[in-house]
Amino acid sequence: MTAPRRFVVDEELTIVTAADHRERLLAFLGDGNGVRVDLSGVADLDTAGLQVLMMTRNEGVRLNLPVEFTEPSPVVTEALALTRLEL
Amino acid sequence: MALDDDMREALDMFITEARDLVQGLEEGLLELEDQPGGGETVNAVFRAAHTLKGSSGLFGLQHLVEFTHVVETVLGSVRDGVLDVTPGLVSALLPCTDHISAMIEGLAGGRLEPDAAQAADGARLLAGLEPYLADGSAMTAGPVVAAPDAPPPEMAWRLVLHFGEDCLRNGMDPLSFLRYLSTLGTVTGVVTVTDRLPEAADMDPESCYLSFEVDLVTAAPKTEIEAVFDFVREDSDIRITPAESQFDTYVRAIRAMPENDRIGDVLITSGAVTELEMAEALRIQQERVVREGNQPVPIGEILIEQGIVPRAIVDAALTRQRRTTETRSQDTRTIRIDAARLDKLIDLVGELVIAQSSTGIPNSAGPDTSSEAQGEVMRLVDEVRHSALSLRMVPIGTTLRRFERVVRDVCMELGKEVSLVITGGDAEMDKALVERISDPLLHLVRNSLDHGIEPAGERRKHGKAQQGTLRLNAYHDAGNIVIEVADDGRGLDRERILAKAIERELVAPGTTLTDSEVYNLIFEPGFSTAETVSNLSGRGVGMDVVKRNVTALRGSIEVETARGIGTTIRIRLPLTLAIIDGFLVGVGPSSFIVPLDRVTECVELPPGPLGRDCMNLRGEVLPFIRLRQIFGVPGQPARRQNVVIVEQSGQRTGLVVDSLLGELQTVIKPLGILFSRVKCISGSTILGNGEIALILDVGPLIAGHSDREQTRQAVPVG
Repeated sequence: MTAPRRFVVDEELTIVTAADHRERLLAFLGDGNGVRVDLSGVADLDTAGLQVLMMTRNEGVRLNLPVEFTEPSPVVTEALALTRLEL
Repeated sequence: MALDDDMREALDMFITEARDLVQGLEEGLLELEDQPGGGETVNAVFRAAHTLKGSSGLFGLQHLVEFTHVVETVLGSVRDGVLDVTPGLVSALLPCTDHISAMIEGLAGGRLEPDAAQAADGARLLAGLEPYLADGSAMTAGPVVAAPDAPPPEMAWRLVLHFGEDCLRNGMDPLSFLRYLSTLGTVTGVVTVTDRLPEAADMDPESCYLSFEVDLVTAAPKTEIEAVFDFVREDSDIRITPAESQFDTYVRAIRAMPENDRIGDVLITSGAVTELEMAEALRIQQERVVREGNQPVPIGEILIEQGIVPRAIVDAALTRQRRTTETRSQDTRTIRIDAARLDKLIDLVGELVIAQSSTGIPNSAGPDTSSEAQGEVMRLVDEVRHSALSLRMVPIGTTLRRFERVVRDVCMELGKEVSLVITGGDAEMDKALVERISDPLLHLVRNSLDHGIEPAGERRKHGKAQQGTLRLNAYHDAGNIVIEVADDGRGLDRERILAKAIERELVAPGTTLTDSEVYNLIFEPGFSTAETVSNLSGRGVGMDVVKRNVTALRGSIEVETARGIGTTIRIRLPLTLAIIDGFLVGVGPSSFIVPLDRVTECVELPPGPLGRDCMNLRGEVLPFIRLRQIFGVPGQPARRQNVVIVEQSGQRTGLVVDSLLGELQTVIKPLGILFSRVKCISGSTILGNGEIALILDVGPLIAGHSDREQTRQAVPVG
């Protein structure tokens, strides 16, 4: 089993790009190695974006694959603090 | 200040007296407005204020003394001819009488000091009188200082936010609501509920699946928190409830509130419920009544069920409401009676004692004297009863005259010109009844002013006198008192009522209804129109409530209307609630009492086929009800049955019974709570032989029967 691949999230993770991110993240998980989601570049995040991240995490648990979130940007940190959620 | 019993008693008398004085003050002021020159009226008004001040001083009620002192000073200037009576002056003084009256009711409720709101109110009113005072001479008693407004305390709230699935697509981001909430106060806790988030394959990335539970501590009122969610309310489920730790605060606040018998108002004032939530709850209540046709579910239950307020707070408000009602029923503990009537009663009792003792004397003069003495005792007992009952009777005029003020105020508010004509004010009825009918009457009066009488312009166009007339008339009629509220306004619009009833599904489209059936629809629950609710500010109080109140007093209500000419609403009430003249009838082993004033005649049931429930009465068809059948009395009918013919709102119906047992003065004993929903029976009484007889409530009995008949006939036979 090779190391999880790195996935760089776009600057915008909102309802506009949520569908696109969902497809791409699911495709990444599809190769069976897990994923490292790089959140350092996220400048815009809404509930839809948050839901995609949580879906990815849940899917990782379901498929027993490692899913890791790294380097959350200030925007991501703020949203997580607001909702008292952890990724 | 603690009150001992003597003091309490004296205070009760003061309260009774003060109420009369305040009413005299108000009536006098209204009269002065009409006829500014009335010297005697000016004197009377001045004296009322003066006496009020003096008596308040005796009890050390400083706030009342200070307030009435200023009013008295102004009236003093009027009496001395220094000040002219103007509508402005009357408008400034009338709210003062309201204020005095509110303080007196506060006393009756056991509060010897005004609360902060009342004190502020008083200060404002006195400021309004300032222009009428001669150079500050009045303020010797010292100005009433209003309590400074304390900043509202911080409250803890629990918000449960279920956003609609589409809210993201509509451009609403729950995260921004959370952010905004933290600007309103301190968010002490958030739980994000992720349970609804589906598996990746089923997830629509543009739907919202998250819900939030937020704990917020803020000084902002509930309405402000509610307003945050204005844009998402449509398709989301937003619940804002006081946090559990705050229950005590609300319960305490509700206990400290001034008297109010509307639970809705209590809850809204306490801040636990907003107007919007109350409106929604009322809508749900109405909807259920219309849909299920049951008695309305208490509004408190709906609020709890909808998760708007916790049970603890509703219970506190209910207790408050009950306490108010108790204070009010205590009010009737002291009543003023005419000394002559009391003397007459005592005379009668004296005669009774003499008559009683003469029955005990051995009948040396022959057997006749004993029965004669017995007859005399019977006659006296009857007279004593009459006389005792008349002690509770008060003329209805006092209540009716109160509406002069209402008419004046409502007309000013609506910009209409209406004169009030009161007739038959000396008709008497039971004091308890007078008190309980005044709210329904108030509603009818406001309704007439608001919807009945047209604005001056419209009246001129139709060639009517510019000034509308509202008539209140009272008279006795066959053991009842009848009160009429009549206006010369536009009348009811038959077509509009019918259209509305069809729209509200009260009537099936295409049904043929008589005029009176159509007009009676306005008393149906769920009929009151939206505009009625807002204009009359009577939350949930519509014509249906008026009707329910009247029915609860064993009365009836009817409408008479002519398009463009006016509407008359007629309330018919029994004179007293305590005793009725009854007609005793027997069905098998059971006895029933029919109120005698409903009975028109008795005839023997003619032989005929058993299944047919009508008979020929002097050429007219008379439908009848077999009591044996309707109450499920076992056994075979007597060989010869009788029909008691009763009349209700012009409709005659027969009641088939086994035997006629004669007239009986009946002391009504209410049925217990257990039977409170039983229709057709209004109470019970105990007969001389110890048996119980049920008192029939003729109105619902006949109405219920015609409903059943209609249903039966609607089902195709065979």
